[in-house]
Amino acid sequence: MTATGYFLDHLWLIPLFPLATAALMLSFGRRLPKVGVSVLCVGSVGLSFIYAVGAVFQLLAAEPEQRVAQQILFEWLTPGPMQMTGGHSIRFVADWGFLLDPLSSVMVLVVTGVGFLIHVYSVGYMAHEGGYYRFFGYMNLFMFAMLTLVLANNMLLMFVGWEGVGLCSYLLIGFYFLKKSASDAGKKAFIVNRIGDAGFILGILLTAVTLGTIRFTSQGLPDAEGASGILQALKAALDAHALAYGAPVLTGIALLLFVGAMGKSAQIPLYVWLPDAMEGPTPVSALIHAATMVTAGVYMVARMNAVYQLAPRAMTVVAVVGVVTAIFAASMALVQNDIKKVLAYSTISQLGYMFLALGVGAFAAGVFHLMTHAFFKALLFLGAGSVIHAMSGEQDLQKMGGLWNKIPITAKTFAVATLAIAGIFPLAGFFSKDEILGHAFRKSPALWFVGFVTAGMTAFYMFRLLFLAFFGYPRADEHVEKHIHESPPAMTVPLVILAGLSVIGGWIGWPEALGGGNRFEKFLEPVTSHGYLVMEDVKASAKTVPLLGHEGPFATDASRDELLRELQERNRKTSPVDYVLMLASLSIAGAGIWLAYQFYRTKRMAPELVAGKWPKLYQLLLHKYYVDEIYDAAVVERTKDLGALLGRFDRNVIDGVGVNGAGWLARFGSTLSMWWDKWIIDGLLNSSAKLMQLFSYPVRLLQTGRFSTYAMLILVGLVVLLAYYGHHVQVVLRTVR
Amino acid sequence: MLPIGHYLFLSLALFIIGVIGVVTRRNVIVVLMSIELILNAVNINLVAFSRLYGDVAGQVFALFIIADAAAEAAVGLGIIIAFFRNRETVLADEMDLLKW
Repeated sequence: MTATGYFLDHLWLIPLFPLATAALMLSFGRRLPKVGVSVLCVGSVGLSFIYAVGAVFQLLAAEPEQRVAQQILFEWLTPGPMQMTGGHSIRFVADWGFLLDPLSSVMVLVVTGVGFLIHVYSVGYMAHEGGYYRFFGYMNLFMFAMLTLVLANNMLLMFVGWEGVGLCSYLLIGFYFLKKSASDAGKKAFIVNRIGDAGFILGILLTAVTLGTIRFTSQGLPDAEGASGILQALKAALDAHALAYGAPVLTGIALLLFVGAMGKSAQIPLYVWLPDAMEGPTPVSALIHAATMVTAGVYMVARMNAVYQLAPRAMTVVAVVGVVTAIFAASMALVQNDIKKVLAYSTISQLGYMFLALGVGAFAAGVFHLMTHAFFKALLFLGAGSVIHAMSGEQDLQKMGGLWNKIPITAKTFAVATLAIAGIFPLAGFFSKDEILGHAFRKSPALWFVGFVTAGMTAFYMFRLLFLAFFGYPRADEHVEKHIHESPPAMTVPLVILAGLSVIGGWIGWPEALGGGNRFEKFLEPVTSHGYLVMEDVKASAKTVPLLGHEGPFATDASRDELLRELQERNRKTSPVDYVLMLASLSIAGAGIWLAYQFYRTKRMAPELVAGKWPKLYQLLLHKYYVDEIYDAAVVERTKDLGALLGRFDRNVIDGVGVNGAGWLARFGSTLSMWWDKWIIDGLLNSSAKLMQLFSYPVRLLQTGRFSTYAMLILVGLVVLLAYYGHHVQVVLRTVR
Repeated sequence: MLPIGHYLFLSLALFIIGVIGVVTRRNVIVVLMSIELILNAVNINLVAFSRLYGDVAGQVFALFIIADAAAEAAVGLGIIIAFFRNRETVLADEMDLLKW
């Protein structure tokens, strides 16, 4: 049974609802009352959520292999057939089309669900802020772009959404645009993302040139033969021996796309914009810079997993960049004092985890972590927003403390999220993080170890945050202290719901080692096993292909079959190692928490003591490894120098030689031509006039202007005529007579 | 009846006096009067030949010329008065505006 139904036929409505309200807000929002703005904007996202849930349920009704719904609204670009390296031609098209498969189901539910909760929260959070309609207009525009991104059925439409979320991110980071730091942060985010986007678009072009198509798959299309997708094109190219496992061009595509993912998902070296992005309103940080937009890179890599699985070197790069980012960002989060900055570095670190998962081939685990992270990190940000709200805008952890009883709902939900991100059983973070670490261990213990240490650091810095903000003595000013109040229900209800999700959200991925079925991974299998499917097709052909680290040809089909089965089972097999790893994760999380407790609760080891012991290390961390300064010196200043150089070139060469030279030449030329005009052309004319005057002089003498002269002349003329024609007169007279 | 030659002689004398007046006099009014003399010389010619040939058409023509002369005198004097108002002169040699 294929996936059909009302909601699947109306997939295109999901992004359309927020677009409609965004358009309304940005054109007439100023004139709408606040209630109207809230109802329309939150309602449209809610409607998208309902449609998304409906669509996913209708998708689930189908068999696992049939869970693909693709709908093309219209063809967008049709540059005609392209001749491929294999000799066959493929029509290269980009449609305005939507694709719902298990992977985009997860994304669309996370985006609309968490997005809806954050919209509800924003009604409370932004209630007293100026530009209410503008905020919601941008937020809805963001929802539209993000839903376009996750539902796109081809890379170009995905890129449209990708740029759209980047734009909205820029607009919302700089929401308080009168503040210099906010508008600067917006620009920084935009510019850093441009670098990544350049990689992404090159990746798209390379895909189009290599495979002749940028549509993800032709599954779910009525004309599946004629409308080739990337998966089908990959298969065909492998069959035709045009491409092979580990082909450099596939590595190139994978790496270029990963550059895009680095920018959007804040990985080293393009992560610098995300901490600054915290200048935006807190709901923005929750929605865009924690739950949804920054995970777009993860989604994109997972979406292109077929290419990545055929590019082992790129996979290694992804894994290493991911894990290095994870530990690097976690180390910076250890010493930050701004509540949102801690969460920002935490987000970068968790995104690193996701890329680690993708890099070791555990695409489902990466997406799983994406989902659970969306729950608890959105909750953390919203909780932080609630704290900031209660503290009259204070963001410095050093000026908080003792909030546990004053804002109980915020505090308790925040604690749940902290436990979840620290990876405490049985909260969401435990399952997803453990999945990733388990897969990483099977791939390489070294990767696992770094991730493992990061997990301990995560627990430490999150509990540091918790203890500093909610426990101990209040360190705020007196009048701030007096104003502390729990947030309105519009803010606390989303917190409670997200807290619930942070607890139970991981249970759908309950691992088999603990008696579960890991239903999440099975749900995503039709998407994430594409690489295997491709390889199965390769196996059918005579060519021997080295598979996933197993170099060299395989003797028989049987051994390849075996290997393939082993590859598929390897990820799922339960072994004692799993239990050891889980225990290790739990214990390092526990160690991190214990350490944080020692540091920030009992004060037995004051953090100042540690900082004093290794002052250089502390300064290094506090200044975020001086990366911003290094970038400033290495890139920004050099760019400015280049600009100055080009400016001088412009002034001296272009302006000096070019423009002014041309001006001088034109003036010289016109002087020449003026001279020519004055003396030659005019001279000729004047001399002809002078000649005329000369010749006309005697005639002029005749015209005296006195009529007596004229009368005289008439008389003379008459006399002359009569004298000359006299005989005629005589003849006439004779006749008369 | 006087022979035709007398009339013609008188006519010729009048015509010559008129022409001399037109050509020589500076005062425009005198010039105008001289033109009247020329016209009347023509009239005498016409009437004389009308009498000679017994054809009344000549006398009718003379009457037309008298009417024409009256009209011409009126228009001419009008122009002279208008000119005099502008230039305070009726001397022909000062009427040289058309000469550049």
